[in-house]
Amino acid sequence: MDLLIDLIQLSIYGIVLGSILTLGAIGVSMIFGILRFAHFAHGDLMTIGAYVGLSFLVFTGAPVWWALPAGMVGAALTALLVDQAVYKHIRRTQPVILLISSFGMALVLRSVVQLVWGPNVYSYTGGIQRPWWFGDIAIVPNHVWILLAAVLIVAALHLFLTRTRMGKAMRAMSDNMDLALVTGIPAERVILITWILGGMLAAGAGVLLGMDSRLTPTMGWNILLPVFAAAILGGIGRPYGAIAGGMIIGLAMEISTLYLEPSYKPAVAFVIMVAVLIVRPQGIFKGTL
Amino acid sequence: MLAGVGWHLAVPAHWDSRRKGVTGGDRILIRIEHVSKAFGGIQAVDDVSFTVAEGSITGLIGPNGAGKSTLFNIVAGLIRPDRGRIFLEDENITGQRPHQLFHKGLVRTFQVPHEFSRMTVRENLMVVPAGQAGENLFKTWFRWKRVREEDRRVLERVDEVLDFLEIGHVADELAGNLSGGQKKLLDLGRTMMTDARSVLLDEPGAGVNRTLLGKLSEAIQRLNTERGYTFCLIEHDMDLISRLCDPVHVMANGALIASGPMSAIRQDERVREAYLGGGASGRMGAPG
Repeated sequence: MDLLIDLIQLSIYGIVLGSILTLGAIGVSMIFGILRFAHFAHGDLMTIGAYVGLSFLVFTGAPVWWALPAGMVGAALTALLVDQAVYKHIRRTQPVILLISSFGMALVLRSVVQLVWGPNVYSYTGGIQRPWWFGDIAIVPNHVWILLAAVLIVAALHLFLTRTRMGKAMRAMSDNMDLALVTGIPAERVILITWILGGMLAAGAGVLLGMDSRLTPTMGWNILLPVFAAAILGGIGRPYGAIAGGMIIGLAMEISTLYLEPSYKPAVAFVIMVAVLIVRPQGIFKGTL
Repeated sequence: MLAGVGWHLAVPAHWDSRRKGVTGGDRILIRIEHVSKAFGGIQAVDDVSFTVAEGSITGLIGPNGAGKSTLFNIVAGLIRPDRGRIFLEDENITGQRPHQLFHKGLVRTFQVPHEFSRMTVRENLMVVPAGQAGENLFKTWFRWKRVREEDRRVLERVDEVLDFLEIGHVADELAGNLSGGQKKLLDLGRTMMTDARSVLLDEPGAGVNRTLLGKLSEAIQRLNTERGYTFCLIEHDMDLISRLCDPVHVMANGALIASGPMSAIRQDERVREAYLGGGASGRMGAPG
């Protein structure tokens, strides 16, 4: 019986981690679908979002959930700035050049975080939350809010992609780039919107991750690997696959702690990613990789 | 015989005169001047010049490997020519990118139909910026009321296009699931979403079943007569060519070898030779 309780408890943690990974993976997947490169600075974009949210709370004294919209604005602006200053000029080159420069941007963003906020560890709220007990199962209130926020963000994104013409244009570009260009879809505009959305999603993941644990300058970088694992598992370039990928990776990482040291969690994500790349490189939903 | 399918349409009175006017020196929409293109040692297009008159349906035929598709790709901005120039009306458009040409009203379709396979037919049409070619209607993104108005206008237009092409019954089907012929109709529909003036059709009839082919040629005809679209099309189906096109240009080994109405082309000795040499004599013999 104890095993079952442990399993349920870890599954709850897994779903929470999965919803954070999902937000990051959707962004990575969307950027890959439209700009055709793996955006390595995505983790540090999450960090930026989390810290901007923190600063907003500190300066305004607003309730904690305000960190989410504030962080989204910060990360979206950062993404736009990075795109206009760096990626835009090398968009016509090979994807590998973009990939390497995004790796460089990751280092830059992390250094900026350390420069502005220092190497200290922060958290959004002081103290420890008292969990709700359901029999032998404990649920931390924050975990409920994290899941709820992630669901709302994904639902909003879904409405945008399916109901608005800009959303449709984004799907069109990721579906068939050649056709999108000859049918006059405004590529530059779609790219800008992609960065704004990618930045917002990254900030969502960053703030929720900060709520779950604490804020450190390397928080985003450390979670980048599972995020990529989730995106690849779902089929990179397919935002909806990222939801499934995120959940599977999150659950696998948490449930693995039944048998493995918790410090091996990233290794679990890595093993799944490598296995997917060998067995089914297109992912669950047949991505464009 | 498929010739029957499209012909019950009432043909406007000005239609015949317009068609005759083509050779009589109507306004020229596309002018191709001394265009050449080589790939490695192969001269794919060799000093080709001809014009496409406004309001015409101009045909481009020739045996496989004659350089027709290369020429199309040059006009559509996918390939830069080694020599020569392309004019759209009086503007030199040589080397302009496909999306720039799109906004100038020059649109192309592909030999192998392209579609946004994971989107519905209706969505496929919705993403094409509608309205006046050259006007960027995506500007209104952040004003919700105008966005909604715009969306309504676009949806109306989508329904109109679906009706016109008689593919309304598959409007909510994923475009990837359509038949080859339906995809070609969708291709044509995409050009109708914008106010295209000139459309380059690369083998519209290839891989299309007879019923849909009738529908397709009817649509081309009606777009030409009712909406004043100018077409330039590559086709191997001589029957389709002779019903739709005047004038017809013939290419062989990269060069233009004959031009004129189909009736004259049929009698042309060089054309017969080119096709016989290319091993496709049977096609020229098809009744028209």
